[in-house]
Amino acid sequence: MGALTLIVLLPLAGFLVNGLAGNRLGKSFVSVVGCGLPLLAFAVAVKSVLALLAAGTPLIETVFTWATIGQQSFEISFYLDRLSSVMVLIVTGVGSVIHIYSIGYMHEDNGYARFFAYLNLFLFFMLMLVLGRSLLVLFVGWEGVGLASYLLIGFWFEDPVNAQAGKKAFIANRIGDAGFLLGMFLLYTALGTLEMDRINAAFMSPTATASLLGLATLVGVFLFIGATGKSAQIPLYVWLPDAMAGPTPVSALIHAATMVTAGVYMTARMSGIYLHSEVASHLIAVIGAATALLAATIAITQTDIKKVLAYSTVSQLGFMFVAAGVGAYGVAVFHLYTHAFFKACLFLGAGSVIHAMSGEQDIRKMGALARKIPLTSTTFVIATAAIAGIPFLSGFFSKDEILLYALVSPLGSKALFLVMALTALMTAFYMFRLLWLVFFGSSRVEPEVAHHIHESPLSMTSVLVILAFLSIIGGYLSIPHFLAPLLPLPSAEEAAHHYHWTVVGISVALGLLGLAGAWFVYGGSGERGKRLQAQFAPMHRLLYAKYYVDELYDALLGRPLVWISDHVFLRLGDRLLLDGTLNGLAALAQRAAGRLGRVQTGSLHLYALFVLLGIVGALLWSWRHG
Amino acid sequence: MDKVQMLLGLSMALFALGLTGVIIRRNLLVMLMCMELMLNGVNLSLVTFAHQLGAAAGAVLVFLVFVVATAEIAIAIPIVLLMVRRKRTLDADAYADLKG
Repeated sequence: MGALTLIVLLPLAGFLVNGLAGNRLGKSFVSVVGCGLPLLAFAVAVKSVLALLAAGTPLIETVFTWATIGQQSFEISFYLDRLSSVMVLIVTGVGSVIHIYSIGYMHEDNGYARFFAYLNLFLFFMLMLVLGRSLLVLFVGWEGVGLASYLLIGFWFEDPVNAQAGKKAFIANRIGDAGFLLGMFLLYTALGTLEMDRINAAFMSPTATASLLGLATLVGVFLFIGATGKSAQIPLYVWLPDAMAGPTPVSALIHAATMVTAGVYMTARMSGIYLHSEVASHLIAVIGAATALLAATIAITQTDIKKVLAYSTVSQLGFMFVAAGVGAYGVAVFHLYTHAFFKACLFLGAGSVIHAMSGEQDIRKMGALARKIPLTSTTFVIATAAIAGIPFLSGFFSKDEILLYALVSPLGSKALFLVMALTALMTAFYMFRLLWLVFFGSSRVEPEVAHHIHESPLSMTSVLVILAFLSIIGGYLSIPHFLAPLLPLPSAEEAAHHYHWTVVGISVALGLLGLAGAWFVYGGSGERGKRLQAQFAPMHRLLYAKYYVDELYDALLGRPLVWISDHVFLRLGDRLLLDGTLNGLAALAQRAAGRLGRVQTGSLHLYALFVLLGIVGALLWSWRHG
Repeated sequence: MDKVQMLLGLSMALFALGLTGVIIRRNLLVMLMCMELMLNGVNLSLVTFAHQLGAAAGAVLVFLVFVVATAEIAIAIPIVLLMVRRKRTLDADAYADLKG
């Protein structure tokens, strides 16, 4: 078995062991299997990446031929190049530490083994997604992570709200998947292959026909529809905030660091197509910018610690798509990579806060926690500074490059830059608002909760420290440079050089302005925040209700669908047509049997007579028609 | 009227006699005997045709019918015997409640 196959299969083994026998094996065994195998996968991944760097050419491993149809064969094969190596290291590395964190976080839970089984299942599918060579394997992983996400959002399924959130995520993703499938079909019809390196090569080759390049826009848009579902962009972003119903490690792993970035990865992976379609690229940039702005405005007013982080994730994913939309795919992956560290750290920090607060998630009932849980708050401060773009932390580097390329790329524009700059300012503002309301200012903790506040166990805090450390140093590894042979940056050398320091200055100013603004509004007693809220009451209501998008979708799609299902499918189709036909037939048979049953008298003579009549009748008939 | 026609007429008469017996007689044993009559009516026609066509198959079939008839009677008589033990009567109508 090759190393790549091993990386994928190790988490699957963990899923099988914990899923089938976990409850009987005891928690310590489950923890060893559940965390050990992902760590092992990480080690193998590191080894494979080193082998890749030594070899210089992509590693390809064919596991087996899935299907042979005519001349075509569909193979399950894994493909490791610089792009997938970044993803594999994030998935296995961040994934492993989140597994370790879960030991402490889920320790009291009855579904401990089930939780680890699902997490491992998620890793298996996610690795299949990032390592798959063909779109088909990617799609299997794509659907699989959706399943794992559904299972984990609804992990505490006894509460219908959680189950509902799981369904919502699944359905929103299915809508995107339909677009993704259409894109795949188009590609297959045009090229006869789904292997992504070949697709890119076909699009990039100088001999590519005009009809193929003409297809780029349509395929690009279809694939992007898939990405909007998985990566929570307008119009399908609504599932991600609700997905916070799952346990916090799940939010960190699936709904912040890895799965939701699959759309960005896919866009970067298919860059060969997008480079040929300005329309699709513009669409990506516009949707990304709109999502980033919309989610950031909502995040400012949310009061649930995890919801703030969820909208922040949606917004940051928007940043990544803006980078992809202006052709700076390497930068998109760079932000994906730094985001994985600081957002995982933020979510796990939030988990640690929730743990300390005995399950309380409302930031209006927190405050001044910094001294009580010092380690959590320190790491949270670092991660917040990183996401806000405070200089020399990882988020600063990646966000700065996104802003730069939004401005200087041939596909970028001043308007795009301004929107993203405004969003960056809001990001800094709402993150520091969160920080202030949770860790500083005056305590609004309820007295009975206040007694129990305690720092989380070492298995949790050590992970926070690791991730905070990575949030600091992550930006010094220049991913765009690393990926440049594979994903060249937009050709704007001169402009980039010209604007570089201006953008850096603006982005530093924005970060600090956001910090100062949040300090000014929410610092001290927090009175200013309340006054501001009262002053802009209608706007606050609109933002707090998330622009009523859920209500809009419900009115436009949900209710008509329910009406059609109820009236047409249930009452007309099911009850009247199907049940009616069946019941009618049964009643007919019953009545006929009642009538005909009278013939059965029990008299042998009568029976014999009937036989006689029957034979005579048959003879007559055959004589007539013979 | 030649011999074949006469024999066929006889066979039909035997069959009709048997059928009538089965339909109108109430006694179980008589009904069984009438069934034998029907079988033999058929046998007669088989033999006649076999003779006329010079084919042995018809005659062989007769033996088959004999065997089947014997087997049938061997089952039927004990059944009638058991039924009579229960109700002390040979009247077929007395057993009408067997219809269930």
